[in-house]
Amino acid sequence: MKEYRITQHPILPIPERKHIHIYWQGQRLTAYQGETIASALFAHHIHVFGHHHKDGSPQGIFCANGQCSQCMVLVDSKPVKSCMELAAEGQRIEPLEGLPNLPPATEIPHMQPAAPFQVPVLIIGGGPAGLSAGIELGKLGIPTLLVDDKHRLGGKLILQTHRFFGSSRAVYAGTRGIDIATLLQGELESYPIVKIWTNSTALAIFSDRKIGVLKDGSSYCLIEPQVLLVAAGAREKFLTFPGNTLPSVYGAGAFQTLVNRDMVRPADDLFIIGGGNVGLIAGYHALQADIRVAGLAEALPECGGYKVHKDKLMRLGVSIYTSHTILSANGRDHVESVTISKIDSACKPIAGTEKTFDCDSILIAVGLDSINEFYTKARQFGLPAFSAGDAEEIAEASAAIFSGRIKGIEIARFLGFPANPIPEDWYSIMEILKSKPGKLHAESRLAFHQSVFPILHCFQEIPCDPCTTLCPKGLITLHTKDIRSVPEFNFESDNCIHCEKCVAGCPGLAITLVDYRNDPQQPIVSLPFEFNQDVIPSLNEVITLDIEGNVLGINPVLKIKRIPKNDRTLILHIRAPKEYANRIAGIRIQDPVPPIITPNLISNLSDEAIVCRCERVSAGEIRSLIRAGCRDINEIKTISRAGMGACGGKNCTSLINRLFREEGIPLSEVIAPTNRPLLTEVPLGILAGIDEAKQNE
Amino acid sequence: MSKNSSDIFDVIIIGAGSIGVPLALSLSSAGLKTLVLDQEHSVGQGSNKKAIGGVRATHSDPAKIRICLRSLEIMRNWQTTYGNDIEWQQRGYSFVAYRQQEERTLKALLVKQHQLGLNIDWLDTPDLLEVAPDLNQRHLLGGTFSPNDGSCSPLLFLHACYQHAIRCGAQFHFSEKVTGFKFAQNKIAGVQTNQSDYRAKIIINAAGAWAAQVANLAGISIQVHPDSHEAGITEPVKKILIPMIVDIRPVSSSANFYFYQHKTGQIIFCLTPSPNIWGFDQQETSEFLPLAAQRMLALVPRFKNIRVRRTWRGLYPMTPDGFPIVGWSKEVEGFFRAVGMCGQGLMLGPGLAELICRIVTEEPLPEDQETLSYLSPYRKFDSEEKLK
Repeated sequence: MKEYRITQHPILPIPERKHIHIYWQGQRLTAYQGETIASALFAHHIHVFGHHHKDGSPQGIFCANGQCSQCMVLVDSKPVKSCMELAAEGQRIEPLEGLPNLPPATEIPHMQPAAPFQVPVLIIGGGPAGLSAGIELGKLGIPTLLVDDKHRLGGKLILQTHRFFGSSRAVYAGTRGIDIATLLQGELESYPIVKIWTNSTALAIFSDRKIGVLKDGSSYCLIEPQVLLVAAGAREKFLTFPGNTLPSVYGAGAFQTLVNRDMVRPADDLFIIGGGNVGLIAGYHALQADIRVAGLAEALPECGGYKVHKDKLMRLGVSIYTSHTILSANGRDHVESVTISKIDSACKPIAGTEKTFDCDSILIAVGLDSINEFYTKARQFGLPAFSAGDAEEIAEASAAIFSGRIKGIEIARFLGFPANPIPEDWYSIMEILKSKPGKLHAESRLAFHQSVFPILHCFQEIPCDPCTTLCPKGLITLHTKDIRSVPEFNFESDNCIHCEKCVAGCPGLAITLVDYRNDPQQPIVSLPFEFNQDVIPSLNEVITLDIEGNVLGINPVLKIKRIPKNDRTLILHIRAPKEYANRIAGIRIQDPVPPIITPNLISNLSDEAIVCRCERVSAGEIRSLIRAGCRDINEIKTISRAGMGACGGKNCTSLINRLFREEGIPLSEVIAPTNRPLLTEVPLGILAGIDEAKQNE
Repeated sequence: MSKNSSDIFDVIIIGAGSIGVPLALSLSSAGLKTLVLDQEHSVGQGSNKKAIGGVRATHSDPAKIRICLRSLEIMRNWQTTYGNDIEWQQRGYSFVAYRQQEERTLKALLVKQHQLGLNIDWLDTPDLLEVAPDLNQRHLLGGTFSPNDGSCSPLLFLHACYQHAIRCGAQFHFSEKVTGFKFAQNKIAGVQTNQSDYRAKIIINAAGAWAAQVANLAGISIQVHPDSHEAGITEPVKKILIPMIVDIRPVSSSANFYFYQHKTGQIIFCLTPSPNIWGFDQQETSEFLPLAAQRMLALVPRFKNIRVRRTWRGLYPMTPDGFPIVGWSKEVEGFFRAVGMCGQGLMLGPGLAELICRIVTEEPLPEDQETLSYLSPYRKFDSEEKLK
């Protein structure tokens, strides 16, 4: 049987894993030890995991993050979240069709709830912020417990194959996210005073200041910390459009988890909604995994992400449609195509601008919301609490690392431990790392055709400086001392030694090198390259493009090389005429995908779109309640059940707020829903303290 | 402050909860100009939404039995009469006995309940297992079964009453807190709120857990003190054959434990703390889930794999003897109390609403005065409710 796995990757190693076998509807499937059930099913092209009990619509992966409950299956008759549960030898897995039928049981189990235990610091979340805070607390010898709901530490860092932006001096700029995760984890594990519980979900904060934790997915513990640090990251925002509950419409995080963590190939043709850094980078990750990107739509007139990310994607052959929104995901039980349209300044779709693209997956990357409910509850109950990283404010992972460090020390000082004061400039560095993309400088058209020099295709002010440390001659400097200013090459000197370190090390892949020394008419251009080599049969010709993806010419590849000490980025040498050699910024990896023009699809379809996935409540139902005068989301919940499902309003609340805004009602008039425990559903047996080991004796 | 006729009402009800809203429906249907005031932002946001949804006439006194029999009838026929689905189900209640002392208590009450005409019987273990096959059989001695009792969604029921009351002309003012009353001699004349003034000759206190505070504003002291109970709800599962199960054995810091499967397939469960936790605190505690989970699995081991979705804590407006306080004030003419429902507001609400409406419109049924005598604000409060 064909498996949809990634068998080669330009950046990620293909892990050696033990084969096991699971059964899906009686059919024996190969899985890997350590992978989730959801990934094992995806690896066999099984994308529909069951059907919703309310409307019979198909369900599958949506968040791949344990938050949404769309991926429920039955494992040995028990309902489980397939994105969190690991595959195990001999598991019998069935789709969840409607409501589960509880397996019978007659014996009263042995029950012994665990006694609460105390710890000075509890950290929720082992991503960049939590790990960094844990390291600072470990250095100071402060007993700390870090809990993370995944099987592996690192949070979203482990999904990031690209080199990080940011400050070389302050954080790990220039290092890939996956490698930063390993570095931070290694450092944290060198402090045994910090206990680490993986596969352990914080479920609730209670008014007696105890935190309920599902430890290792199997036992319930109450933790009593003196201080809580919430570093739980963020959850993805979503959109309402018809077809939005179809399996294979999912968040960027889910896609990156499947591709970069679990090395499965969830799609052949992907369409991306959202041009922030997350969407742009996910597009790049898709191409690296040899998945075609049919296009990217962004509602704003300009992508919100870094220009270098956008340029990179356009050069690789991805069309970006700004001022466009998604109208619908089309298909019966899986995505067959997507329809987008242009929008006017009031965000209304413009008739006659509809475009449809064939694709089998749609990735939604329209922003993040902080997971701050634990912080809010802790403060409400008088438990001293801090938050760091995305849980505090949505920003880049480099800022999360820095805020984790700061919060770690702040907590130590709060507890009265002798920690050095936090250097004043740390706070300003953190603010700089959080900055949004700044001023765009004009592209300089260089008319210089001799010797050898790098060209910095980097014209937007962003917090990033690795290039300045890469040049052994120190010829690349920032325009000002601020790491957000744009870099410059010192043309006065004649000292470029053609080491190509800047080309290979720029996180934005925005530096090329042009060598006119051998042939001033046909110079050799060095380009960074992070794809499987077989994308280009060696010495073949490639289409070269300028910074924005406009075709310059067809030019021969002379060489694909690896430079010493560089980390997995290859260098291509391309011969090109001097007329445009300086303007070459990349080569095309896939042909742009033309849309199928599908005029006049716009109608009031959006009323059918689902707002509450758990209870399948449509936008039309919520809109009519808003129009009837409802302003209290608790009342909307009462009538429609929106927010009463498994996820507890985690996904729909921001969509309901959005509907209010669309109806012209300011959020100041809207009463927010009450937030109650538990964060995720937990079996009664675990809460009762069933000891399964004793049970089986 | 405005004094135009739009601020003059026949009746003002304080509290848009389990009592106030059905009452507004009854009064407005009877043609009375009715205003309901509530400090919350929408209907049922005090304790109604905390209720688990059980509706029974299985009590131990004539007043509550009579009122709840009528409530059951109203809810059973609701969809036919009014068209809304309130998630009504008639799956009965069963008070189970695993020890002789509970068997004795329940059987003794049965005599009285039969005298009062309730459809309830004692089922020995094999018969009880017919109606609740998943009950733990070990040490099970049997239990009562009252097939006419049932459950509904408190939220949907109240919202349905609210919509129909509006249709009948009732007005609801939310986010409005009562700050005082106006009097004309010894008679009530109106209500002041943080927003406005309203005039009415009849004011009904249906403020639930906050009833004593409201009464205080009129210079009246009433014996209503809230205590808190926690509850939880699971994910939905396929229908399981089970009525509402009530286990009255005390276990560590809890008295009664009860649960049922709602129409949505979800199991809803609740604990009575012992001793009572008095006060207005409604924040979730860490003790509840492990204790409730253990009590649940001791009754139905099959539930070990069902997943708990949410928990919450709500208030029971308690009276000294566990019976509601319903009736006119002797101190202030026109001031009516419909308070102290002791956590049974949902099941008492619709029946009580009709009764109060008959009193207000001075068209009582022959038995109404007798019913009210048991609930009089001026009774001695010396008996004790056996089936809380």
